[in-house]
Amino acid sequence: MAYKKRYDGRGFNDTRPIEATAGVIKNADGSAHFKIGKTEAYAAVYGPRSLHPRFMQDPKKGVLRCFYGMMPFSGAGDRVRPGPNRRSKELCLVIQKALMPVLDLSAYPNAVVDLFIDFPQTDAGTRCAAICAASIALADAGFPMRDMVTAVSLGKVEDKMVIDLDYQEEAHEDGDVADIPLAMVPSTGEITLLQADGFFTADDLKGGLADIQPVVEEIAEQMRAAVRARYEG
Amino acid sequence: MTESTVLVKDKTVVAPGQALANGMEFFPGPGTYREGDTIRANQIGMLTVDGKVLKTTPLAGRYTPKVDDVVIGRVEDILMSGWRIDFNCPYSAVLPLQDATTDFIKKGADLTEYFELDDFVACKITQVTSQNLIDVSMKGPGLRKLKGGQFLRVNSAKVPRLIGRKGSMVSMLKDATGCQIVVGQNGVVWLNGENEALAVTMVQRIENEAHIPGLTEKIKTTLEKETGKKIDMAAIQEEERKQFEERKSFERKSFERKRFDRKPRFNKPRQKAFKK
Repeated sequence: MAYKKRYDGRGFNDTRPIEATAGVIKNADGSAHFKIGKTEAYAAVYGPRSLHPRFMQDPKKGVLRCFYGMMPFSGAGDRVRPGPNRRSKELCLVIQKALMPVLDLSAYPNAVVDLFIDFPQTDAGTRCAAICAASIALADAGFPMRDMVTAVSLGKVEDKMVIDLDYQEEAHEDGDVADIPLAMVPSTGEITLLQADGFFTADDLKGGLADIQPVVEEIAEQMRAAVRARYEG
Repeated sequence: MTESTVLVKDKTVVAPGQALANGMEFFPGPGTYREGDTIRANQIGMLTVDGKVLKTTPLAGRYTPKVDDVVIGRVEDILMSGWRIDFNCPYSAVLPLQDATTDFIKKGADLTEYFELDDFVACKITQVTSQNLIDVSMKGPGLRKLKGGQFLRVNSAKVPRLIGRKGSMVSMLKDATGCQIVVGQNGVVWLNGENEALAVTMVQRIENEAHIPGLTEKIKTTLEKETGKKIDMAAIQEEERKQFEERKSFERKSFERKRFDRKPRFNKPRQKAFKK
C-alpha cells in the first residue's frame, strides 16, 4: 500500500504552520517561543554567569548547559513525570552538540550559559522545535553566532519521504515509518544533528536532504525575522 | 568576478547568519564575517555601512568589562590584601589595597574600616586579563563609596545613550533634578537626592526610548515642565568641560608619578615610620 495523502492534508514537503517570537520572558537574558503545529517550545537563556562546581569550568571557553523538559500536562493525556529522565538527558546533550558549532563562547572562559527549554504542548518533533527555540533565544541574548541552527525532521512513511512528521504520522500503523530529526546551519548546509529511527535507503536520505534544504532556509528566515522584530521596536 | 552589492540598508537591524553583502569589494568589520562570497552578520545588531566596511553595533548582551570603564560594584568578599567586587558581570574584580586608599594600612589590619561587605563603590577597571581576571581602582575623581540613595539596573547596551554625547544627558539630569547620579558602564545607576523619583522615571524613560532620535531635546522639555526651571545647556556643557579637564589632568599627574617611581630611590631620604 502506498501513502497517498498526509493525515492533516498538507503536501509531502510542507511543514506545519510555524510561529516564532523572541523576548517572551522578561527576566531572562534572551528568550523565545517557537510553535510548529501543535508542538510548542519556550526557551530561556541566562548568562554568561559564573559556573559552579568548579570542575565543570573550561578555561578556554564558556560552557553551554541545556535543560530540556516536557511539562506534566504536555502529552496526549497521560501525565508526563517532570524532571530529568534518560530521554531528556540525551536530548539535552544532542541539543547542546547541535548548537555549539555556530556559537562562539570564547569570550567567556570559566563561565556558563544556561539554556532552559520547556514544552507546554507536544505533538512530535520536540527536539527540532527545541533547537529552533534555543537558536532564537541565544540570538536574542546577543551572543556571537555564525548562523541560527535550524532543525526540522525528515521521515519516511511507507514509501514516501516527508518533512516534519507529527505524532499521528509517527504512529502510523499501516506500514514502516522512519523518523530522522535533523539540524542544519542554513547558510552552509552543515549538518549538526542527524539521528535516525526506522528503515530507509541511502538514496531516500540523499533525496530527502536535497528537499529539506530550501525548507530549512525558509524556517531560518522566519526565525531571524522574529529576533529582528524584537529590536526594531 | 560578479558585481559587489550591499543587500541590506544602512541602520537596519540584522540577525545572525543574515546575508549583508555579496562580492569581494566589501570587508567584514566587527559583528560580521565572510563566508565564501557573502558577508554575513555574526550577532543581533544595527548595521553600519562605513565606506567599504560593514559592521554591526550590538543591541543586546551582558556587560563585557573593558579597561578604563567606570563601574558600580558591591563588596562581595574581603581578601588578605584587598576586596572582591561583584559588578553585575560573570566575573568578579579585585580591588587591591594600594589602589583603594592613600592611607597606610598595617599588616593584619581590619579592612572593614574602609569597605564593609555589601558596601557599594564606584570604581574604575585598570586591568582585564585574557581569562577575565579583573583589577579595579578607587583612585580618580568621582570614584568613591556610594552611601544612601538608590540603585537602578539598566541594559548596559543603553548606557552610552544615558550618558549622552560628552555626558550631556546625565549632566542635564543632575542639573535639573539636583540629584547626585553616578552611571556605571556595567548598567548600574546610583541616584541620591531630593528629587530621586523624577530622576528614576527619566532614567527608565531614556532606557526605553534609547533608539529614538532627538531624545535629549524631548527629555529637556519634560524636565523643564516637571521642575518649572529653565535648563541652560551652555552652562552644563561648560561644567562638563571643566570636569573633563580635571580628569585629564589627574591622568597626566598619575602618569608622571609612575615615571618618577621608576627612578632609582637610593638618594632619597628614608621615610619615617608611620604611626597608626
